Parts: sequence; structure tokens; C-alpha cells
Amino acid sequence: MLDFFRDMAHNEFLLTGLLAGLLASVACGVIGPYVVTRKIVFLSGAIAHMAVGGIGAALFLATVFPGWFAWLLPMHGAVLSALAGALVIGLIHQRATERLDTLIGALWAIGMAVGVLLIKYTPGYQTELMSYLFGNIAFVSWDDLGLMAALDAIIVGTVLLWHKRFLAICLDPEQAELQGVNVLAANLVLLCLVALTVICLTQVVGLILVIALLCLPAATAAHHTRRMGSMIAVATLLCGLLTTLPRMGVYGSRVSPESAIVLAAGGLYVLSVVYRRVRGGRV
Amino acid sequence: MADDPVVEMSNLCFGYGPEPASALVLEDVSLCIESREFLGVIGPNGGGKTTLLKMILGLLRPQEGQIRVFGVAPAQARDRIGYVPQHARVDPSVPANVLDVVLTGRLRRSSWGARYAREHVQRAMAALEQTGTQDLAGRAIGTLSGGQRQRILIARALAADTQLLLLDEPTAGVDPHMERGLTDLLHRLNERLPIVIVSHDVSFVSAHLKRIACLNRRLTCHAARDISWDVVAPLYQDPVRIVRHAHECPLSDPGCGHGCGGHETDGLRTGSPAAPVVPEEPGNA
Repeated sequence: MLDFFRDMAHNEFLLTGLLAGLLASVACGVIGPYVVTRKIVFLSGAIAHMAVGGIGAALFLATVFPGWFAWLLPMHGAVLSALAGALVIGLIHQRATERLDTLIGALWAIGMAVGVLLIKYTPGYQTELMSYLFGNIAFVSWDDLGLMAALDAIIVGTVLLWHKRFLAICLDPEQAELQGVNVLAANLVLLCLVALTVICLTQVVGLILVIALLCLPAATAAHHTRRMGSMIAVATLLCGLLTTLPRMGVYGSRVSPESAIVLAAGGLYVLSVVYRRVRGGRV
Repeated sequence: MADDPVVEMSNLCFGYGPEPASALVLEDVSLCIESREFLGVIGPNGGGKTTLLKMILGLLRPQEGQIRVFGVAPAQARDRIGYVPQHARVDPSVPANVLDVVLTGRLRRSSWGARYAREHVQRAMAALEQTGTQDLAGRAIGTLSGGQRQRILIARALAADTQLLLLDEPTAGVDPHMERGLTDLLHRLNERLPIVIVSHDVSFVSAHLKRIACLNRRLTCHAARDISWDVVAPLYQDPVRIVRHAHECPLSDPGCGHGCGGHETDGLRTGSPAAPVVPEEPGNA
């Protein structure tokens, strides 16, 4: 860990990686508690995997039709498809009468398959794909940090405006509707925020594993807090620690920092479950 | 104002899904709820009780017939109706305390922002006091008993400045001791609010309420003291059978001019208290 700080002086990427982790912590610390409370972890996973389809489509279009789509970056495709995925899943969630989980699972798999397929048909060797799928916290650019900060601002701003509605639909959607809340709109906005959070987390842990950072710190926080506000605060703090300490811990070893972050989040959650179990609480 | 009916429904018909008359959940239901009403609606599961509540709330529209709440369409009157769902509806795993839950009753008046202004918190605390649960304000909702949660939900309805209280199965999962407290609370609230309780718990409803409506697709009203097993049994034995009572209301009835709603409980009793329950012939409305 000391090596990490010593090298930070002449390796800018160590600093940007650290900042990326902290910026991502804001997004997943704020949205994670809603995801866990509203029980939409699975939906969030589907949104993340549909973003892979968007990355594939963006790479394919930019390479095959450079005249029209040269400007299209993979991140654009990811944002668009994640948001579109959020809207589609939100509408299905509201309307579907049966086999909701199967439908979501289908979207999850199709999104991923489309992405992999399009990348395979994109000329050239796409190394970039791996960094979207598995994260690349070792090489975060200042532009990436700018995007993450902007996403954080949107997420935090929207939650500050809509928190009361979000909490109401978590507690009792029917009552929220009777109180004049447009439940469908609130659900869609929440899922769009999940989509933006997914994008924010892409560089830190990769799309395949965003679900870990989205739900594990929040679920751990839920064990030790009793209100939404404190759950968000604790989850943000845990995310901040989880995206920095394991990264520093494995610095210089062959362990990839992204897996270290996810394993630490998972380990902490399991410990928290066991702790509650031993103390006799509910799990 | 006090004499205007709170809820007026005439000849309501409703079925889920497309038309065929056999699938009707409510058929030709007429009811009038007055400003001092304390009405219990009993009937078997699937008899249309919850559907009736959803009609009053404007969540469902009648296929035929008319319904007015406070003289306007139900959806427009929603901000004056306090609906208390079965307490199992509120997710106890949500990280929120009792005050958070009751504050959602103020959401219509304060939907933007992350916090409720002090004025709304005061209203919510006042509602908790009215239900005798102010000591629970800081408790996590997951730690409450069924009876406590029921009171919290009543407080949430009161916090919304409600002028009509609808309760769906208030005694489900509530032990008998808490049930008595609940009844006292409802009687106190009834001094200023009309209350409608929907329940399949016949004994609870008949022991405490002024007027009772039996609902099994069709609706018939009784004074509470006329309710006996003779009245109730046919309602439950055979879901298709319809009960008709000797004191069915004439259409010329004063009040809302139709159905049985215009009756005071006395009016009902002057009929024949021991009115026999006559199974109606099918198709004979």
C-alpha cells in the first residue's frame, strides 16, 4: 500500500483511478439503497448487460460506417442503450402480467449477446471491449472523470428533488398513487438513474460486475441502519472504502484491482450477514 | 353541507375483463354514505368488497352506473379520502421509521425535495397523537406488531386531511386485545369522520357498527342489530346465491333517492326485524 502512495507522485493514473473510485461511490452509494429497497437488483443487472449491446453497436457503427458514425464513442452507445433498457424494463415491469423474471432474463442475455456479436463483426481487434466488461480502473482518463462527475451531479440532483416520491413507492406504491404520485414515472426515473449509475461504475468494476457494487454495499448498510438517509450515507462511505482500499492493497501484485474490489464488497456483505445471524437478528 | 351524501353510487356494474354478464363482480350496486356514517361492508372473498373500495377511490371505473364522491368524480375527490390498506401491504423491510410512513400521507402537498417541511411533520405528529401512537414515531416499521401497524396506517390516512376513512380488513392479523383498542379509536374518529370498513370478519363488524352492507356481487344494507346468522349464512354458503331482504329500499326513498343509503338505522329496523332471508331465483333481479 505504501508503494501505491510513493508511485502516485509520478503516475497520474493512480490518482485518477482513486478519484474514479470515489466518484463512482457517490453514484452507487446514493442509488444502491433504492435498488436494494425497491428489490430491483435483477432489473439493474439486466440494464448493465444491455449496455454491452450498446457498446457493441457503437463500435460496429463507428468502424463500419466511419462516414456517418465516426463521432460515436462506445460510451455513447452504452449510455443510450442503458437508458433505453431502463425505459423498456420499467414499462415491462409495470405492465407484464406473468413471467416477469423470465422477460428480464431474456433482455439481459439478448443485450449481452448482441454486444458480443457486433464486436466480433467489427473489423480490427477490439481490446477496448475487455475494459468495458471487466473494468479498467488502472487507466482512467481525466475525460472519464469529467463524465463521472457529470453523472454524479445528475444522480444526486434528481434524488434530492425526488427522494420523497422514491421512498413512497418503496413503501407502498398504491398509497403513493393515491397521493398523486405518478408511480410509473417515478419508477422510470429511478431506473434511468440506475442506468446512469451503471455507466458511472463501468470503469471501476466493469459492466459484468457493476451489480456487485450497486447492491452489496447498500445491502450491508441496510443491516446497520434504520432509515433511508443513513443507509445512503453508510453505503456511500462503504463504497468509498471498497473502491480504494482493495485497489491499494493489491497494488503491485498480479491480482486485478476490479476483482479485488468486488471480492471485498462480497466478503464484507457475507461477514455482515454472519454477524447479524450470530447476534440473533434477521437476515 | 352536512346533509349532502359523502358517497353516492347508483346502479353500479363492474366486471374485470370484457363484458359477459356472468363475470360481473359488482352488479346493480346502489349505496349512499352519509356524513356521520359508520358502515361495515361484509361478504365472502371475491364478493367485490375491495372492488367497491377501489371504485370509491377512483382506481376503477364502473362499466355502468354512476358514482360521485363529495359530489364530484371519485378521482377528483381522492385528496379527501383516507384509504387504510391491509397492513401487510406496507413493506416492513424498507428502511423507514413510523414518522416517515405517516409523512407519506402529506406527499400530495409536498412532493418535491428530500425533506418534509416542519409544518408537515407537525401534521404527521398530530395524526400519530390522534391514534395514540406518538411514542412509536422513531420506531423502525419492521419492528411493529400488526395492531400497531394498523394504527400507523390510520395515522397516515389522517395526516392527509382526510374527510372519509376507508379501511380494508382492519382486523386481519390483529389480536383481540388490540382489536378493542382499534374499535374505540374508530368510534372516536367517527365523531367527525364518516368511516367505511370492509371486512370478512362478521363478528367484528356486527358488534361495533351502525349499519352493515352485505356484498356478494349485489349489495344489501341492514341495521347492525338485524344481522344474524340467518342473514349472513346464505352470503357465504353459496357464492352465487343472492339474498334479498324484506326491508329492501323503495326507489322513492328520501336521501339520495335510490338504493338503501337514505335510511337511518331506525328506518331499517321498522321493517320486519326477523325478515326471512329469501334466496332469490336466478335471473330475477
